[in-house]
Parts: sequence; C-alpha cells; structure tokens
Amino acid sequence: MSVDPHRGTTDRRRRAVIAGVATSDYPVVPDLSEHAVHGQAADRALADAGLTLADVDGYASAGFFPMYAAGVCEYLGLHPTYFDETNAGGASFEVLVEHAAYAVEAGAAEVVLVTYGSVQLSQMGRTLGTGAPSRGGGALAPGPAIHDALWGNTLVGNYALAARRHMHEFGTTPEQLAAVAVTMRQHAASNPQAQKRDPITVDDVVSSRLVADPLHKLDCCVISDGGAACVVTTAERAADLRKHPVHILGAAHATTHQMNLSAMPDLTVTGAAQCGPLAFARAGITPADVDVAQLYDSFTITVVLTVEDLGFCAKGEGGAFVADGGLGLGGRLPTNTDGGGLSACHPGMRGMFLIHEAVRQLRGEAGATQVPGARVAVAHGTGGMLSASATLVLGRDAP
Amino acid sequence: MSPGPDREAAPDDPRPPKPRPAPVPDPDTAPYWSAAHEGRLVVQRCTACGAHQLYGRDRCLVCRGPVEWVPASGRGTVYSYTVIRQNYSRPFRDLIPYVVALVDLAEGPRLMTNITGCHPEEVSVGMAVRARFEPVSDEAGIALFEPDT
Repeated sequence: MSVDPHRGTTDRRRRAVIAGVATSDYPVVPDLSEHAVHGQAADRALADAGLTLADVDGYASAGFFPMYAAGVCEYLGLHPTYFDETNAGGASFEVLVEHAAYAVEAGAAEVVLVTYGSVQLSQMGRTLGTGAPSRGGGALAPGPAIHDALWGNTLVGNYALAARRHMHEFGTTPEQLAAVAVTMRQHAASNPQAQKRDPITVDDVVSSRLVADPLHKLDCCVISDGGAACVVTTAERAADLRKHPVHILGAAHATTHQMNLSAMPDLTVTGAAQCGPLAFARAGITPADVDVAQLYDSFTITVVLTVEDLGFCAKGEGGAFVADGGLGLGGRLPTNTDGGGLSACHPGMRGMFLIHEAVRQLRGEAGATQVPGARVAVAHGTGGMLSASATLVLGRDAP
Repeated sequence: MSPGPDREAAPDDPRPPKPRPAPVPDPDTAPYWSAAHEGRLVVQRCTACGAHQLYGRDRCLVCRGPVEWVPASGRGTVYSYTVIRQNYSRPFRDLIPYVVALVDLAEGPRLMTNITGCHPEEVSVGMAVRARFEPVSDEAGIALFEPDT
C-alpha cells in the first residue's frame, strides 16, 4: 500500500506501530512537577502496551530547554541508545513519532517511548499568550526573531492576523470560526476530564470578549496542565503485546517560518499544504479515506486553515466546511473527538494528545464520541505562529 | 507553544510601565535600525538579481547574491492587522487597544509594525500607509506606520 520509496522496502515485520498510549491526569495537576507528569503518562502508556521502562531503548520528547529529552531520561532513570528532542512547537510530537517510526524501521531502536508533560497553568497562570512572554520588554529574542517582537503582538495576535487575512480573501465570518469552538465543546461534553464541558453557541463565541480582533476569548484554546505518551515499536514486537497495534501509515512535516509571521509567504496557507499531501501519498491514501481527524486547534482559525491545507475542502471553503457541521460526529470529518485544545486541554504543545485520541479511535475505545468503524485517522500538529506543521496518518490495519 | 515564562506578566502587576523594547543591532541589521533612528526606511536590494528583501540578511533570499541597503519610499499597504485588546506586558499594557499590522512595502518586502495616527477601527486590509519613525535607543529607531492620506 505504501508508495514511499524509503519505507516501501521495509521488512513488514519491522513496520512501525503505536503499541500503547495514555494521558497523565489533566487539566489541572498542581501537585505534580513537569517531570512527574512525563513519568505518569509514561507509566500509563507502557502499561497500556504491556511493557515496562526496562523494555525501552529509545526516548523522545520536546520542551523549551536544551537537552530536554536527556533531562527527562535522567529523571526517569532511562539510558536509551536512541533519543530525539526535535522541537516544532505544537507539532513536535507528530514529528517525534515520525522519527521514532523511521528509527524502529531502520533497526536503530526497538521500543521508543515518546512523552509530553507540562504544568504551565499551575506555574504561569492564564496570561500566557497575551503577556507577550519573553518578548514584551524583558529579554528580547536574539537574532532574526527580534523583528516581529517589537510591536506588542501576542501569540493570539499572530493567529488573529491570519484570521483577518482569511476573512478578507475568502469572506470567512466570525460565526464560521465560532462553529469550530462550538463543535469542540459538543465533543468535550463526553470527555469527563475536559476542562470546559458546558455547551456553548455561536452567539456565545462571537459575543465573548475580543482578545485580538477578530479572535474572541472563546476562539482561543484553554490553558492547562497535563501530558500524554505513546510507545512506538515494530509490528513484530507488538504482535503479542496487550493492545491492538495502530499502524503508522505515513508521515511528513514542513515549516514556513519561525517567530516572524512577517516571513510567512501567505497567511492563509500553512505548511500543512506541503506535508499533508506528502503524508497522504506516503500512506497511499487520499483525504476521502480519512475516517476521523485530530487537528491542532490552538485557535479556531487554525482548524479552518488546516482542513483546507490538508485537502478536505478547497482553499477558502474552510469556513463553510466547519459551519456545516463538517467537524461533528456524523459530519464529513469528525474532528477532535476528545474536545480538542479549545475545550479539553491545552498544556502548550498538545500534539501528543492528538495522537492519543487518534489511537483510541482506531482501537474503538473512544466511547460516546467513537466514529463507528474508524480505519484511518489523521493527527496533525501546528506549532509556533503557524510556523511548523506535521501530519501523521494512522491505520487500524496493517498497510 | 509557550516561548517561556514571563513572570512580569500579570493583570495585577503593580510595577510601572516600561518603555517599548529596543532591538539589539547585529551585523545583519545594524544599518536598518540606524537608518530608522535617523528617520529613514531602508530595504535590502540584491546587486545580482535586483530582488528586495527585509529583514536584513547577509545574502539574497532569491539567488544568494550580495545585497546592499537602499532607500525605500516608506509607503505601503496593510496586508493584515489585528487590534490587540489584551496584553499584560509592561511596555504595552497601557497602550491597549492598539493595532499590530503586517505592511507590504511598495518595494515588495513585508514587515510587522503598529498602525498609529488613527482610531483602531479605521484600519482595514489594503489601506495605504506611510512610515513614521521613533527612536527607541541611542542607536536604533523603529518604523511605525500611519494612514497615507
């Protein structure tokens, strides 16, 4: 099934699978350190797979400190011979799992543990994203990143600039953007851990306070603590493990810029337009084959851009796609069935939660928001200021 | 993503406001900040292919040819904008609401800036704007933009 020239030659027994997934406690964990959140998620994901830390020979994570992965390994007492800490912001964990797949298929590792942990809510509170962290007059970002750091722009403001441009070019409306938040909240109602579960309406979203025009408070993700983890190994190793393995069918990632939104060529086209088609081709699928999607929803506009760039609708039609109930259960593309970052949790780099929910869907474990018979799932991360994108195509069945 | 904690940022921070941040010139960008300090907008032009670019880099983004700084008209149009209504950082919290915009210069390059000199509600995509300058340190200035009427 695979058309990828490199992975096409892989011994079928070594094809990469996800053998276990878990989240830590979330959305508020004031009694756990950041590293303890990693540990809790790791223990649970390994238990889900029927493995222990002693089985792990590879480790991956991303954080905002150099040698971050080594730091978590030190805390857990892990001494892996493969490790990776590629940082693509919120897209990091899709990239790390892609790398882990290549590593196990190449024989560089047998069992790669990938964990995420954050206690940003308990540590930093709710000004994140509108406090111009590290750029508002304290220490300025060094080098080129300074160029967009002088204007009092916020993280929310960057996404607002993209939303405004999308509205200008395609007539997208605040009400269409709001539909994303409304659908995510509907899904969150079935997730007992979700940070926000009370139903909301389009009117609630567009009448909530403007944070950075045209984005309102309810267009923005929640701010949470929490973590998640998964275990990547070979099909052969997974065959006699505890859970049905989920197959990594294809993956790709792309970047358009880092901290300077002024360097993004077109604010209405993210890196997903590059990595989405690549990942689908490597998996041997088309967008029509996707049964369920987990799409990074830092802000409502992020989802609109992503459904267009991944080819679920034409460029400019994302507003209509999401406003038609396209993201809901029974819709064209059931999306973020755990409630997403907009309602369930957003501890900062949410990519691992996307993978967790995609795997649950493909194992038929998603409960009230299970998409019946889901065979192909997409987890798509978006990091930074729409800076980096990463697509992971997962399958219930072997390719 | 979380670029890192800013422990100064809090809604109830009692400390006084700070001046707006100033860039630290480096070999790529010192001529840009210095020109703005003197009230001039400059862009880079490739001496091989003629392409214009910002921000300043050591080579041309199109052909890797050598670049030189040349005067710019200071005129442009708004590519996109947002009105910032929540920012707890000390240099900006008292300026709310204010406009952050991406401006396409007549010469081609795009830059981020603030639109001043009009009510935030008057800003629109495609609006014609022109540069004005503010010193932010002994060696650096920044280019703000206002309606080009």
